[in-house]
Amino acid sequence: MTGTLTLQDLRIDQGTTPVVALDLSVAPGEVLTIMGPSGSGKSTALSAIMGTLAPAFRQQGRIILQGRDITTLPPHQRRVGLLFQDDVLFPHLSVGANLAFALPPAIKGRATRRARVEAALAQAELAGFADRDPATLSGGQRARVALMRTLLAQPCALLLDEPFSRLDAGLRAQIRGFVLSRIRDTGLAAILVTHDAEDAHAAGGRVITPLGAPVVL
Amino acid sequence: MISGGLLRWAPRLTLALLAGPVAAGLLGTLIPAFSNDAKGFRALLDWPGLWPALRLSLTTGLAATALSLGITLLLVASLWGTRVFALIQHLLAPLLSVPHAAAALGLAFLIAPSGWIARLLSPWATGWAHPPDLLILNDPYGLSLTLGLVAKEVPFLFLMALAALPQTDVARRLNVAQSLGAGRIAAFLVSVLPSLYSQLRLPVYAVLAYSMTAVEMAMILGPTRPATLSAQVVIWMADPMLQGQSTAAAGAMLQLAAVLAALLLWVGAERIARHALIRLAEAGLRAHLVDPALRGLAILTGSLTAGALILGLASLAVWSVAGLWQFPDALPESLTMRTWMRAAPDLIRTGALTLGIAATATGLSLALVLACLEAEHRHGLSPRAGALWVLYLPLLVPQVAFLPGLQAAALRSGAEGHWLAVAAAHLVFVLPYVFLSLAPAYRAWDNRISVAGLSLGASPARVFWRLRLPMLLRPVLTAAAVGLAVSVGQYLPTLLIGGGRVETLTTEAVALSSGGNRRLIGAYALLQMLLPALGFALALLLPALVFRHRRGMAVTS
Repeated sequence: MTGTLTLQDLRIDQGTTPVVALDLSVAPGEVLTIMGPSGSGKSTALSAIMGTLAPAFRQQGRIILQGRDITTLPPHQRRVGLLFQDDVLFPHLSVGANLAFALPPAIKGRATRRARVEAALAQAELAGFADRDPATLSGGQRARVALMRTLLAQPCALLLDEPFSRLDAGLRAQIRGFVLSRIRDTGLAAILVTHDAEDAHAAGGRVITPLGAPVVL
Repeated sequence: MISGGLLRWAPRLTLALLAGPVAAGLLGTLIPAFSNDAKGFRALLDWPGLWPALRLSLTTGLAATALSLGITLLLVASLWGTRVFALIQHLLAPLLSVPHAAAALGLAFLIAPSGWIARLLSPWATGWAHPPDLLILNDPYGLSLTLGLVAKEVPFLFLMALAALPQTDVARRLNVAQSLGAGRIAAFLVSVLPSLYSQLRLPVYAVLAYSMTAVEMAMILGPTRPATLSAQVVIWMADPMLQGQSTAAAGAMLQLAAVLAALLLWVGAERIARHALIRLAEAGLRAHLVDPALRGLAILTGSLTAGALILGLASLAVWSVAGLWQFPDALPESLTMRTWMRAAPDLIRTGALTLGIAATATGLSLALVLACLEAEHRHGLSPRAGALWVLYLPLLVPQVAFLPGLQAAALRSGAEGHWLAVAAAHLVFVLPYVFLSLAPAYRAWDNRISVAGLSLGASPARVFWRLRLPMLLRPVLTAAAVGLAVSVGQYLPTLLIGGGRVETLTTEAVALSSGGNRRLIGAYALLQMLLPALGFALALLLPALVFRHRRGMAVTS
């Protein structure tokens, strides 16, 4: 399920101002970091890859995932996973139903689907949490459920939109370690957006600005 | 069920469904008014009651609108952010759900010479052993009609103000203005009112148009010799002679012109008020002294409005179970279920039909509104300013001006008298309210939920059915309850499109009101009020039950 994510001359302009200019490939298992202050176009780049770019932006270039040109595909057909700043768990569903929502429809049968959810919870050290209300979980637990939910959808690439910035200092390193190790295990191509040098350092990959310039940490 | 291509057309279809009937109905009323050498207009001008009727329509409409707006603004200005304000917010939905006819009948039972107030004061304070011969109800000046209109329109305008307030940054503006030395009322007038009123404008116009032309309230509370112009139009329409039809059409057109003139007058008053407000701001309005007095006035008028409605409804309830109840007695000598038992078969049949019509009109409205809002979301459509005017069109154009034309069309097509035709006519009035009720919550929904769903591979349709709709269960059910209440309360569309053969609780209650059977009136009006109330109760309880184990879905306000 893994593959290379290529941004081919991806250029995004807001009016006449270029906000994103990237021409690169992210290999399976690699975490590319895009760094810059807020408002510098980091999240715009992610929106373009997700397919949710606001019409006010003008986009050129191509986005290729696993050899498939996804530039004009609707978001739900791109197979690009996304982790937000907040966990964005669905508040009306149980923890288990949140995870089951992400399971591809090709996985059939109640028991099979339930088993997949249980296995994912066990991997996140949350065995037995399936029937819980997400609102009753701690911040760290919610962050782990959010990641497992994203992975269960079997994405071909993963985008991380400052996913650690809302966590407090102690939790931050722990969740970051968990997420990064899961990415390496699954061998996904990932792009991390952050304004935090420590995140970029921990990611261990290339670090660039939204306009493609290398960042020296 | 909803595919992408069709969905894109939902807003246009919806606007056509609102504008179409109004335009066609107006045309259908216009033609008979001018046909036959404008015979209708000549008959209208020959009617001796014309000028008093027209004057009544203007005075009651303008007075009711000004009073309703004044009370609403007074409540918001002096009580916003207090505990009393929170209490009013809770009272609002139940008060808003009371149909106009039930409110009017309740008020009539309260203030009539033999009503509850007279009974409570007699004989010890008034000395009356028999109901006095006073023309309180149906007074020639339309005072009780105005009172009834105010009691119904204050809750509506207050709700509209509540919806608009979050966008006006009240807390900070009041703080800043007060820290600059202004009193509370002055701070509100100068810093909040301009942007609040710009959002209240359309609802206020709707209140003005409605107040000038309300038929069922005028029939129950309004003057009779002459009646208000709209009530008289309906009387002419019931005339079996053809002459009545053209006179009615001419009267309807005159009523439309009167509403337009009143709206222009109102817009002129807005201009003057704006200049006055700028002057006051430049003069450094402080007015600390008026604050306590106006606060008292706000509480007094607010309680009077709510009290009149609540006590009126209570007297309907008491009458419906009253045994012998002689005049100065405050309460009946005995209570009995006889009225209810005897009327049960009729009540059940009428109630079921009322509910069926309401459920059909509301269900269709809800589907259309959801399709519009979802299309807006998926295709990034932003509604043009004109769309809001079309939405308000059925509320701004007087019902008596376009329903007669619509009735003629229904008659020709053979749809007249069928309950489905009545439901279709209700849709025109239900849909705007469902939209206004649902749109803010729908648009405020956290869009990241949708992006998260899509990124997990869920199609937009799945995101809608599995995430958005369930998460918006509470506002969707509230909008449905609003729609139900609007449909249950419809009098004129039911009467005209139903051709008198579709009997709902509302048409029955109004028809009974001219007779003297207070017990039966009480039963019909009470049931008419209970149906919407039940809807609001369900809209409150169902989400609480479904999401009782989901803390993230708890009400946060």
